[in-house]
Amino acid sequence: MKILSSLLALTIGVTLIVLSQAAQSADTYVFDDPVTETRYKALVKELRCPKCQNQNLADSNAPIAKDLRREVYQLLQEGKADKEIVDFMVDRYGEFVLYRPKVSSLTYVLWFGPLVLLVIGIIVMILIVRNKPTIDRSAKLSTQQKSKLDQILKDK
Amino acid sequence: MNKMIRFIPLVLFVALGVVLYRGLSLNPQAVPSALVNKPIPDFALTQLLKPEVTLTAADLKGDIVLLNVWGTWCVYCKYEHPYLVDIAKSDRVSLYGLNYKDVREDAKQWLKDYEDPYVFSIFDPLGKLGIELGVTAAPETFVIDAKGIVRMKHVGPIDSKVWQERFLPMIELLEKEQGVAR
Repeated sequence: MKILSSLLALTIGVTLIVLSQAAQSADTYVFDDPVTETRYKALVKELRCPKCQNQNLADSNAPIAKDLRREVYQLLQEGKADKEIVDFMVDRYGEFVLYRPKVSSLTYVLWFGPLVLLVIGIIVMILIVRNKPTIDRSAKLSTQQKSKLDQILKDK
Repeated sequence: MNKMIRFIPLVLFVALGVVLYRGLSLNPQAVPSALVNKPIPDFALTQLLKPEVTLTAADLKGDIVLLNVWGTWCVYCKYEHPYLVDIAKSDRVSLYGLNYKDVREDAKQWLKDYEDPYVFSIFDPLGKLGIELGVTAAPETFVIDAKGIVRMKHVGPIDSKVWQERFLPMIELLEKEQGVAR
Protein backbone atom coordinates (compact mmCIF):
# COMPACT_ATOMS: atom_id res chain seq x y z
CA MET A 1 0.00 0.00 0.00
CA LYS A 2 2.83 2.32 0.86
CA ILE A 3 4.56 1.54 -2.45
CA LEU A 4 1.34 2.28 -4.27
CA SER A 5 0.90 5.68 -2.68
CA SER A 6 4.52 6.66 -3.30
CA LEU A 7 4.13 5.54 -6.92
CA LEU A 8 1.07 7.73 -7.19
CA ALA A 9 2.96 10.66 -5.73
CA LEU A 10 5.78 10.09 -8.21
CA THR A 11 3.37 9.98 -11.15
CA ILE A 12 1.72 13.21 -10.07
CA GLY A 13 5.12 14.83 -9.60
CA VAL A 14 6.37 13.83 -13.06
CA THR A 15 3.10 14.97 -14.66
CA LEU A 16 3.41 18.35 -12.99
CA ILE A 17 6.98 18.77 -14.21
CA VAL A 18 6.02 17.83 -17.77
CA LEU A 19 3.04 20.18 -17.68
CA SER A 20 5.08 23.09 -16.36
CA GLN A 21 7.63 22.56 -19.13
CA ALA A 22 4.90 22.46 -21.73
CA ALA A 23 3.59 25.72 -20.36
CA GLN A 24 7.06 27.26 -20.54
CA SER A 25 7.46 26.49 -24.23
CA ALA A 26 4.40 28.58 -25.11
CA ASP A 27 5.33 32.20 -25.54
CA THR A 28 3.34 34.82 -23.74
CA TYR A 29 2.28 37.73 -25.87
CA VAL A 30 0.25 40.56 -24.47
CA PHE A 31 -2.63 41.82 -26.57
CA ASP A 32 -4.40 45.14 -26.30
CA ASP A 33 -7.79 43.65 -27.06
CA PRO A 34 -9.35 40.18 -27.12
CA VAL A 35 -10.18 40.46 -30.84
CA THR A 36 -6.51 40.66 -31.82
CA GLU A 37 -5.75 37.77 -29.50
CA THR A 38 -8.43 35.65 -31.18
CA ARG A 39 -7.03 36.59 -34.60
CA TYR A 40 -3.52 35.66 -33.43
CA LYS A 41 -4.71 32.28 -32.18
CA ALA A 42 -6.57 31.59 -35.42
CA LEU A 43 -3.56 32.57 -37.55
CA VAL A 44 -1.03 30.41 -35.73
CA LYS A 45 -3.46 27.51 -36.01
CA GLU A 46 -3.95 28.05 -39.73
CA LEU A 47 -0.27 28.40 -40.61
CA ARG A 48 1.92 25.35 -40.93
CA CYS A 49 5.37 25.15 -39.42
CA PRO A 50 7.79 24.94 -42.39
CA LYS A 51 10.26 22.79 -40.45
CA CYS A 52 8.16 20.25 -38.57
CA GLN A 53 5.62 19.81 -41.25
CA ASN A 54 2.82 18.03 -39.49
CA GLN A 55 2.32 20.75 -36.92
CA ASN A 56 0.94 24.23 -37.08
CA LEU A 57 2.78 27.23 -35.68
CA ALA A 58 0.80 27.05 -32.45
CA ASP A 59 1.78 23.46 -31.65
CA SER A 60 5.37 23.45 -32.80
CA ASN A 61 8.41 23.91 -30.59
CA ALA A 62 10.82 24.38 -33.51
CA PRO A 63 12.85 27.60 -33.34
CA ILE A 64 11.49 28.73 -36.69
CA ALA A 65 7.91 28.28 -35.44
CA LYS A 66 8.74 30.48 -32.49
CA ASP A 67 10.20 33.13 -34.79
CA LEU A 68 7.19 33.01 -37.05
CA ARG A 69 4.80 33.34 -34.09
CA ARG A 70 6.71 36.45 -33.08
CA GLU A 71 6.46 37.67 -36.65
CA VAL A 72 2.69 37.11 -36.68
CA TYR A 73 2.42 38.97 -33.37
CA GLN A 74 4.46 41.90 -34.67
CA LEU A 75 2.50 42.11 -37.90
CA LEU A 76 -0.72 42.16 -35.87
CA GLN A 77 0.68 44.95 -33.72
CA GLU A 78 1.48 46.88 -36.89
CA GLY A 79 -2.21 46.66 -37.74
CA LYS A 80 -1.87 44.30 -40.69
CA ALA A 81 -4.96 42.45 -41.91
CA ASP A 82 -5.16 38.65 -41.66
CA LYS A 83 -4.85 38.32 -45.43
CA GLU A 84 -1.72 40.49 -45.47
CA ILE A 85 -0.13 38.32 -42.80
CA VAL A 86 -0.97 35.10 -44.65
CA ASP A 87 0.39 36.61 -47.88
CA PHE A 88 3.57 37.63 -46.04
CA MET A 89 4.12 34.00 -45.05
CA VAL A 90 3.24 32.62 -48.48
CA ASP A 91 5.68 35.07 -50.13
CA ARG A 92 8.49 33.68 -48.01
CA TYR A 93 7.63 30.04 -47.40
CA GLY A 94 5.34 29.27 -50.31
CA GLU A 95 1.80 27.91 -50.41
CA PHE A 96 3.17 25.12 -48.29
CA VAL A 97 2.63 27.09 -45.08
CA LEU A 98 -1.12 27.01 -45.55
CA TYR A 99 -2.98 24.13 -44.01
CA ARG A 100 -5.90 25.15 -46.20
CA PRO A 101 -4.33 25.66 -49.64
CA LYS A 102 -5.76 28.33 -51.92
CA VAL A 103 -7.99 27.24 -54.80
CA SER A 104 -5.80 27.35 -57.91
CA SER A 105 -5.18 25.19 -60.97
CA LEU A 106 -2.58 23.32 -58.90
CA THR A 107 -4.99 22.46 -56.11
CA TYR A 108 -8.18 21.74 -58.08
CA VAL A 109 -7.70 17.99 -57.57
CA LEU A 110 -7.28 18.55 -53.85
CA TRP A 111 -10.37 20.70 -53.52
CA PHE A 112 -12.72 19.04 -55.96
CA GLY A 113 -11.32 15.50 -56.23
CA PRO A 114 -13.33 14.09 -53.32
CA LEU A 115 -16.52 15.69 -54.66
CA VAL A 116 -15.90 14.23 -58.12
CA LEU A 117 -15.29 10.79 -56.59
CA LEU A 118 -18.51 11.09 -54.60
CA VAL A 119 -20.51 11.98 -57.72
CA ILE A 120 -18.95 9.05 -59.62
CA GLY A 121 -19.83 6.77 -56.73
CA ILE A 122 -23.45 7.92 -56.70
CA ILE A 123 -23.74 7.46 -60.48
CA VAL A 124 -22.28 3.94 -60.26
CA MET A 125 -24.64 3.10 -57.42
CA ILE A 126 -27.69 4.31 -59.36
CA LEU A 127 -26.60 2.29 -62.41
CA ILE A 128 -26.15 -0.87 -60.35
CA VAL A 129 -29.49 -0.50 -58.61
CA ARG A 130 -31.28 0.14 -61.90
CA ASN A 131 -29.72 -2.81 -63.71
CA LYS A 132 -30.57 -5.24 -60.93
CA PRO A 133 -33.20 -7.70 -62.21
CA THR A 134 -36.44 -7.08 -60.35
CA ILE A 135 -37.93 -10.02 -58.49
CA ASP A 136 -41.04 -11.38 -60.10
CA ARG A 137 -43.37 -11.49 -57.11
CA SER A 138 -46.23 -12.97 -59.10
CA ALA A 139 -44.31 -16.19 -59.68
CA LYS A 140 -46.10 -19.16 -58.17
CA LEU A 141 -44.49 -22.25 -56.75
CA SER A 142 -45.09 -25.47 -58.53
CA THR A 143 -46.88 -28.27 -56.60
CA GLN A 144 -43.64 -30.10 -56.25
CA GLN A 145 -41.85 -27.05 -54.82
CA LYS A 146 -44.74 -26.39 -52.49
CA SER A 147 -44.69 -29.86 -50.96
CA LYS A 148 -40.93 -29.62 -50.55
CA LEU A 149 -41.30 -26.30 -48.76
CA ASP A 150 -43.99 -27.73 -46.50
CA GLN A 151 -41.68 -30.62 -45.70
CA ILE A 152 -38.86 -28.29 -44.71
CA LEU A 153 -41.10 -26.13 -42.52
CA LYS A 154 -42.51 -29.19 -40.80
CA ASP A 155 -39.03 -30.50 -39.97
CA LYS A 156 -38.28 -27.28 -38.20
CA MET B 1 -18.69 -2.41 -73.50
CA ASN B 2 -20.17 -3.76 -70.30
CA LYS B 3 -17.12 -5.93 -69.73
CA MET B 4 -14.84 -2.92 -70.01
CA ILE B 5 -16.79 -1.12 -67.28
CA ARG B 6 -15.95 -3.91 -64.87
CA PHE B 7 -12.28 -3.03 -65.08
CA ILE B 8 -12.75 0.64 -64.23
CA PRO B 9 -12.45 0.08 -60.45
CA LEU B 10 -9.26 -1.89 -61.00
CA VAL B 11 -7.81 0.85 -63.21
CA LEU B 12 -8.78 3.53 -60.67
CA PHE B 13 -7.28 1.46 -57.86
CA VAL B 14 -3.98 0.99 -59.70
CA ALA B 15 -3.84 4.69 -60.64
CA LEU B 16 -4.47 5.76 -57.05
CA GLY B 17 -1.87 3.26 -55.87
CA VAL B 18 0.74 4.69 -58.22
CA VAL B 19 -0.01 8.27 -57.11
CA LEU B 20 0.16 7.40 -53.42
CA TYR B 21 3.29 5.30 -53.85
CA ARG B 22 5.05 8.14 -55.62
CA GLY B 23 3.96 10.45 -52.83
CA LEU B 24 5.66 8.19 -50.31
CA SER B 25 8.97 8.40 -52.13
CA LEU B 26 9.02 12.22 -52.14
CA ASN B 27 11.30 13.99 -49.71
CA PRO B 28 9.10 16.08 -47.41
CA GLN B 29 12.02 18.36 -46.57
CA ALA B 30 12.40 19.40 -50.20
CA VAL B 31 9.87 22.20 -50.05
CA PRO B 32 10.06 24.35 -53.17
CA SER B 33 11.40 27.75 -52.21
CA ALA B 34 9.06 30.68 -52.73
CA LEU B 35 12.12 32.83 -53.43
CA VAL B 36 13.39 31.03 -56.54
CA ASN B 37 13.48 33.37 -59.55
CA LYS B 38 12.93 36.38 -57.31
CA PRO B 39 15.51 38.99 -56.35
CA ILE B 40 17.24 38.67 -53.02
CA PRO B 41 15.24 40.68 -50.46
CA ASP B 42 16.78 43.89 -49.21
CA PHE B 43 18.31 44.00 -45.75
CA ALA B 44 20.71 46.01 -43.60
CA LEU B 45 22.75 43.87 -41.23
CA THR B 46 26.28 44.05 -39.88
CA GLN B 47 29.20 41.97 -40.98
CA LEU B 48 30.03 39.19 -38.54
CA LEU B 49 33.73 39.96 -38.20
CA LYS B 50 33.37 43.72 -38.60
CA PRO B 51 30.36 45.00 -36.62
CA GLU B 52 30.96 48.53 -37.94
CA VAL B 53 30.32 47.45 -41.55
CA THR B 54 26.68 47.36 -42.65
CA LEU B 55 25.83 45.03 -45.50
CA THR B 56 22.89 45.26 -47.91
CA ALA B 57 21.54 43.15 -50.75
CA ALA B 58 23.81 45.09 -53.15
CA ASP B 59 26.84 43.47 -51.49
CA LEU B 60 25.67 40.07 -52.67
CA LYS B 61 25.49 41.02 -56.33
CA GLY B 62 28.20 40.49 -58.87
CA ASP B 63 29.34 37.04 -59.80
CA ILE B 64 27.71 33.71 -59.17
CA VAL B 65 27.05 33.82 -55.46
CA LEU B 66 26.52 31.05 -52.94
CA LEU B 67 24.90 32.22 -49.74
CA ASN B 68 25.34 29.61 -47.04
CA VAL B 69 23.19 29.77 -43.90
CA TRP B 70 25.13 28.53 -40.89
CA GLY B 71 25.35 28.67 -37.12
CA THR B 72 27.60 27.31 -34.42
CA TRP B 73 24.58 25.51 -32.92
CA CYS B 74 24.01 23.56 -36.12
CA VAL B 75 25.46 20.05 -36.27
CA TYR B 76 25.33 19.60 -40.03
CA CYS B 77 27.16 22.90 -40.54
CA LYS B 78 30.23 21.24 -39.09
CA TYR B 79 29.74 18.30 -41.42
CA GLU B 80 29.57 20.45 -44.55
CA HIS B 81 32.36 22.80 -43.50
CA PRO B 82 35.27 21.00 -45.26
CA TYR B 83 33.26 20.99 -48.50
CA LEU B 84 32.67 24.72 -48.16
CA VAL B 85 36.41 25.25 -47.76
CA ASP B 86 36.95 23.31 -51.00
CA ILE B 87 34.30 25.36 -52.77
CA ALA B 88 35.91 28.60 -51.61
CA LYS B 89 39.29 27.43 -52.89
CA SER B 90 37.91 26.48 -56.29
CA ASP B 91 37.30 30.19 -57.02
CA ARG B 92 34.38 29.36 -59.26
CA VAL B 93 31.80 31.11 -57.11
CA SER B 94 31.77 33.74 -54.37
CA LEU B 95 30.84 32.10 -51.11
CA TYR B 96 29.12 34.28 -48.54
CA GLY B 97 27.85 33.20 -45.14
CA LEU B 98 24.68 34.07 -43.31
CA ASN B 99 25.36 33.53 -39.64
CA TYR B 100 21.86 32.63 -38.51
CA LYS B 101 20.53 33.05 -34.94
CA ASP B 102 23.91 32.92 -33.32
CA VAL B 103 26.04 34.73 -30.78
CA ARG B 104 28.67 36.94 -32.43
CA GLU B 105 31.53 35.85 -30.18
CA ASP B 106 30.70 32.14 -30.61
CA ALA B 107 30.55 32.51 -34.37
CA LYS B 108 33.86 34.38 -34.50
CA GLN B 109 35.49 31.68 -32.42
CA TRP B 110 34.05 29.01 -34.71
CA LEU B 111 35.63 30.64 -37.75
CA LYS B 112 38.91 30.89 -35.86
CA ASP B 113 38.85 27.24 -34.75
CA TYR B 114 38.00 25.97 -38.21
CA GLU B 115 38.85 27.68 -41.45
CA ASP B 116 36.81 30.68 -42.61
CA PRO B 117 35.64 29.80 -46.12
CA TYR B 118 33.48 32.91 -46.54
CA VAL B 119 34.33 36.19 -48.26
CA PHE B 120 32.26 37.61 -45.40
CA SER B 121 29.39 36.48 -43.19
CA ILE B 122 26.23 38.47 -42.57
CA PHE B 123 25.33 38.54 -38.89
CA ASP B 124 21.62 37.81 -38.39
CA PRO B 125 21.13 37.09 -34.66
CA LEU B 126 17.33 37.35 -34.70
CA GLY B 127 16.84 35.45 -37.93
CA LYS B 128 15.13 38.45 -39.55
CA LEU B 129 16.83 38.02 -42.92
CA GLY B 130 16.29 34.31 -42.46
CA ILE B 131 12.52 34.86 -42.45
CA GLU B 132 12.78 37.12 -45.52
CA LEU B 133 14.68 34.34 -47.29
CA GLY B 134 12.26 31.63 -46.15
CA VAL B 135 14.96 29.85 -44.15
CA THR B 136 13.63 27.10 -41.91
CA ALA B 137 16.87 25.97 -40.28
CA ALA B 138 20.58 25.70 -41.01
CA PRO B 139 22.33 24.68 -43.16
CA GLU B 140 20.68 25.99 -46.28
CA THR B 141 22.41 27.33 -49.34
CA PHE B 142 21.12 29.73 -51.98
CA VAL B 143 22.55 30.13 -55.47
CA ILE B 144 22.22 33.72 -56.67
CA ASP B 145 22.98 34.81 -60.22
CA ALA B 146 24.88 37.90 -61.38
CA LYS B 147 21.69 39.97 -61.40
CA GLY B 148 20.93 39.16 -57.78
CA ILE B 149 18.14 36.71 -58.61
CA VAL B 150 17.85 33.62 -56.43
CA ARG B 151 18.06 30.64 -58.76
CA MET B 152 18.21 27.68 -56.43
CA LYS B 153 17.86 26.80 -52.79
CA HIS B 154 19.31 23.71 -51.19
CA VAL B 155 18.09 22.57 -47.77
CA GLY B 156 20.57 20.51 -45.79
CA PRO B 157 24.32 20.12 -45.87
CA ILE B 158 26.47 20.20 -49.00
CA ASP B 159 28.71 17.22 -49.67
CA SER B 160 30.35 15.94 -52.81
CA LYS B 161 27.22 14.09 -53.96
CA VAL B 162 24.96 17.11 -53.48
CA TRP B 163 27.56 19.31 -55.12
CA GLN B 164 27.76 17.07 -58.20
CA GLU B 165 24.04 16.50 -58.53
CA ARG B 166 22.52 19.84 -57.61
CA PHE B 167 25.04 22.66 -57.58
CA LEU B 168 27.33 21.93 -60.53
CA PRO B 169 24.54 21.76 -63.12
CA MET B 170 23.14 25.08 -61.88
CA ILE B 171 26.57 26.74 -61.80
CA GLU B 172 27.34 25.51 -65.30
CA LEU B 173 24.03 26.93 -66.49
CA LEU B 174 24.80 30.30 -64.89
CA GLU B 175 28.31 30.35 -66.38
CA LYS B 176 26.79 29.71 -69.79
CA GLU B 177 24.29 32.53 -69.31
CA GLN B 178 27.07 34.91 -68.32
CA GLY B 179 29.13 33.87 -71.31
CA VAL B 180 26.21 34.74 -73.60
CA ALA B 181 25.66 38.05 -71.86
CA ARG B 182 29.28 39.12 -72.24
